[in-house]
Amino acid sequence: MNENLVNFIYLIAGVLFILGIKGLTKPKTAVRGNMLSALGMLVAVVVTLLNMNTIDYTYVIAGVVVGSVVGSIMALRIQMTSMPQMVALLNGFGGGASLTIALAEYYTKLGTTPASFAELLNPVVADSSAFGPGPEGTIALIAIGMTVMIGALTLTGSLVAFAKLQELMKKSYGLPGGPVGNALFVIAALVAVALVVVNPGNAAAMVAVVVLALLLGLFLVMPIGGADMPVVIALLNSYSGIAAAFAGFILGNTVLIIAGSLVGTSGLILTRIMCVAMNRSLANVLFGKMAASGEIIDADEVYAGKVTSAQPDEVAMLLENAQRVVIVPGYGMAMAQAQHAVRELADAIEAKGAEVQYGIHPVAGRMPGHMNVLLAEAEVPYDNLVEMDRINPTFEDTDVVIVIGANDVTNPMARDVEGSPIYGMPILNVDKAKTVVVIKRSLSPGFAGLPNPLFAMDHTLMVYGDGKKAVVEMTTALNQL
Amino acid sequence: MDILILLLALFVLSLFLGVELITKVPPTLHTPLMSGTNAVSGITLVGALLAAGNDGSAMMVNVLGFIAVTLATINVVGGYLVTNRMLAMFKRK
Repeated sequence: MNENLVNFIYLIAGVLFILGIKGLTKPKTAVRGNMLSALGMLVAVVVTLLNMNTIDYTYVIAGVVVGSVVGSIMALRIQMTSMPQMVALLNGFGGGASLTIALAEYYTKLGTTPASFAELLNPVVADSSAFGPGPEGTIALIAIGMTVMIGALTLTGSLVAFAKLQELMKKSYGLPGGPVGNALFVIAALVAVALVVVNPGNAAAMVAVVVLALLLGLFLVMPIGGADMPVVIALLNSYSGIAAAFAGFILGNTVLIIAGSLVGTSGLILTRIMCVAMNRSLANVLFGKMAASGEIIDADEVYAGKVTSAQPDEVAMLLENAQRVVIVPGYGMAMAQAQHAVRELADAIEAKGAEVQYGIHPVAGRMPGHMNVLLAEAEVPYDNLVEMDRINPTFEDTDVVIVIGANDVTNPMARDVEGSPIYGMPILNVDKAKTVVVIKRSLSPGFAGLPNPLFAMDHTLMVYGDGKKAVVEMTTALNQL
Repeated sequence: MDILILLLALFVLSLFLGVELITKVPPTLHTPLMSGTNAVSGITLVGALLAAGNDGSAMMVNVLGFIAVTLATINVVGGYLVTNRMLAMFKRK
């Protein structure tokens, strides 16, 4: 096929990706946007296959079949509560694909491939002219080295993120020296990339890039706690896009560059949104622990004698007379699989004549938008899911707030106590409501390890127990009133 | 060098376009946005096909290509399907 025609069709595919993401700016147009994006993918793949001169279909068909089966099973079986795990895996596969493409390109241009594992390390006679004339060869080599590095660390980093989200890995491990240890690994990997660029025949250096970057991915993510995973998977999402864009530079392929940079910016913007919502810098999330508080806040002092507990039927009586109720969900709701029960409670409250909305903190759950998807699954209309900045001014006119499975994002210390480790973090001002009902197993602290003075306030009622069970009991009691 | 500078221009302009587009996506759709961009990053399938299917390449290159095709296809198929599944749940009253 004519090279210009091929590139023109790639341009069409790129435009379809852009229209696809544009569709995602409104829930109404989102499904169609996703279809347009998928159409773009189909166009790009078909034109690529038509443009190949000599094709050996064995590996192509095998890969497409295996990938389609695995991908469909994952997509259709995954529970909405486990969506962060799915995205973590997909990030990793994206990184892995870029890694293997770059390696394939490297060995193709090198002209010789090792016959055994031992030969992987043997030097080969080659210079950058094999990768392109003059400076182009050098730039192609830099692109290959960077794709390998980013692809490899995205792969292992995402697998660790998956293990943490799935709670297969509960402890946090880290390199001795923390950020310094990681920085040394980054430098070592970059040095290995430089060695490949200077002498492309230095096959051992390429192996070193792969190994160092795989290890780097492990060490970067292992020290980070589960509640910080929204930031990590957003960042790895960005890396997988950047790796794809770099792969586009290796192959001189325009659609890879367009698609890769869109994904790269998407991940970065989400990372930034998450960091702002926690009032922490990216460096602090990746390398820091929560800042130690000036004075240790004693949980007993905060709670002693001041906590009021209530039974679900008492809460039901409050709800019967309420005009406006706001439900604030957190990761605990996902853990308890309580989203359907919560929707039923909201239906029961609305049946008594009150207005019900949901207040969603940007970092509630384990990934950006996690709560929204869960509640959408439970058929809550998306107009009722209200973001933090819009719901906060309404709490003063709210009769009852029900907090289920959320803790730190409602802690008034973030607003009122200067010197507290979470001071400055934007929170949902649930304490401004007339009554706050908190459904929680115990008074145990959240991820920040801090007591929550909200629980001890006069107008707060604690309902202890399993989130789902408590909500179901409230609904039953309310329906009987 | 000509081609390279054009590719670079494309890259930089796409980054700016990405920022403009993504900042308009409402928080309620951030999870489908992530899975949807996972699918888009499966565009590496294009590069993977070239590596896997090129008759006359060394066996090792084809095998690396096979791995790349498999992983990229999981992203494409899994990403679009799961995004569609999620988006279909978002409904108005």
